[in-house]
Amino acid sequence: MIRRSHLPACSILRTNSIQFTSMSNMNILISFLTLASALFAAPLLAADGAALYAQNCIACHGDHGGGIGVPLASAQNLTPDDYIRKTIRNGRPGRVMPAFASLSDDEVNAIVKHVQSLHGGTPPQYAHTIIQGNLKHGKALFSRHCAACHGVNGEGGEGTGVTLSRPRNLPIMAPALHNPGFLASANDQFIKTLLMRGIEGTPMVSFLNAGLQGKDINDIVAYIRHFEKEPVSTSAIIAGEVSPTIVVDSPYDLQTTVANVKQAVGLNNFSFIREQTLDDGLVASGKNDVHQHIIYFCNFSLLSEALRTDPRVGLFLPCRITVVEQNGKVRMMAVNPKRLSRLFNNSALNSICDEMTKMYRTIMDDATL
Amino acid sequence: MKIFFHLILTFIIVNGLSTSAYADEMSTVRSDRDFAETMNTLQNAITQRGYTVSKVQRVDVGLEAKGYKTDKYRVVFYGKANEIATLVKNYPQLIPFLPLSVAIFAEGNQTILTTIRPRSFETLFPDAALQTTFDLWDRDLINILDEVRSSH
Repeated sequence: MIRRSHLPACSILRTNSIQFTSMSNMNILISFLTLASALFAAPLLAADGAALYAQNCIACHGDHGGGIGVPLASAQNLTPDDYIRKTIRNGRPGRVMPAFASLSDDEVNAIVKHVQSLHGGTPPQYAHTIIQGNLKHGKALFSRHCAACHGVNGEGGEGTGVTLSRPRNLPIMAPALHNPGFLASANDQFIKTLLMRGIEGTPMVSFLNAGLQGKDINDIVAYIRHFEKEPVSTSAIIAGEVSPTIVVDSPYDLQTTVANVKQAVGLNNFSFIREQTLDDGLVASGKNDVHQHIIYFCNFSLLSEALRTDPRVGLFLPCRITVVEQNGKVRMMAVNPKRLSRLFNNSALNSICDEMTKMYRTIMDDATL
Repeated sequence: MKIFFHLILTFIIVNGLSTSAYADEMSTVRSDRDFAETMNTLQNAITQRGYTVSKVQRVDVGLEAKGYKTDKYRVVFYGKANEIATLVKNYPQLIPFLPLSVAIFAEGNQTILTTIRPRSFETLFPDAALQTTFDLWDRDLINILDEVRSSH
């Protein structure tokens, strides 16, 4: 509602292509719509935070902020608005959390306000002071106190946190600290506060209670901050721009190509599942366009591994190659799995998707021999 | 006066639609209802918007048959026959992404749905002539997901 309520009244009028013969009517209408926009926008800004959170965040973070990642509500009394705002905007490259570029500033602020309301109280603010420390000592402390959960190089815990891929021995997924999104969102004072206070309801304990001194904590903060100067962590790397599809021309006719693909599937350790026309189920039986045949196939071991890594990839599984005859040409077409790891913003899928792309190409090459 | 009320109604509808705002390329939503109920709601929401559910791929059944442990996991394929026929003819590069699909899987007593945003096709296939179709699919999909998510 927020975005559209800012739409000029004249745009709405133009959209509806309505001619007004009386300027007074027009003025009354514009006045009404302007007033209505203001009345709509103000109360909905507060209400929309919950609605926007439900639309954009709840699937992973849960209705009370207790889902994957750091349980939002637990750390809330320590978390500044700015961190949440930047996290929404930057996301976490390679770590599933997307960057919400299409949300307006008002929408982001409404979500921030809602997330903060999950805990109550006044959000803290931290000075943007850079904390100096001994990197060598910080690294040693990081290895001893942080690496077990956050990874040796701060790459974060494994998995996406959803369903099969979520380790159930931890209530949360340990965030990646060596991640451009985290480092751009969290300032040094905020990181220091988390280290000093810990996060309630998570394995993240107070380092002061664990026996560290303020200077030790400064050293850890400085070490975490130095990740910015290091090459991007492998967990933050997502595939570059590649073609969304794999397309290979076939020298054979459609039926022969279909038969060849089915044979090649078996030769490459996949099980043939079924063959259908693209419009199967959409049109009455017998009315199908026989110029597009989809061949579904699966390697169940790979499928299981892929779903454990990220259950969302099932959207593009089982594997499929569509054989298309058009204008006398026969082609094999498939979604390019390598593009998917970028789409899912999940670096854990990089190697699986690379392998799948190679397998698709091998099957298509075998089918055209 | 009739025009006046028509405009007011348009204003309210336009404002209401714009509450939908998702991440750019993927949408993942959670339903508080169990898998069977959510699946039923999803299929109804799809068909109510003029689409046909062409196939439900039972991923979990295939995995379990091979000895792998899994919770309920299905992929729902849907589309409009005439629309797909036209697109296939004029824009064959879209074929691997057709019909459209939504993955639906259980997490305990809740259900998660995930799908690619049709709007993201605009960057994958930057053809101005396709934008209207992608936007229409996107709007319908958001409404479908909103209906599933908010059903109790």
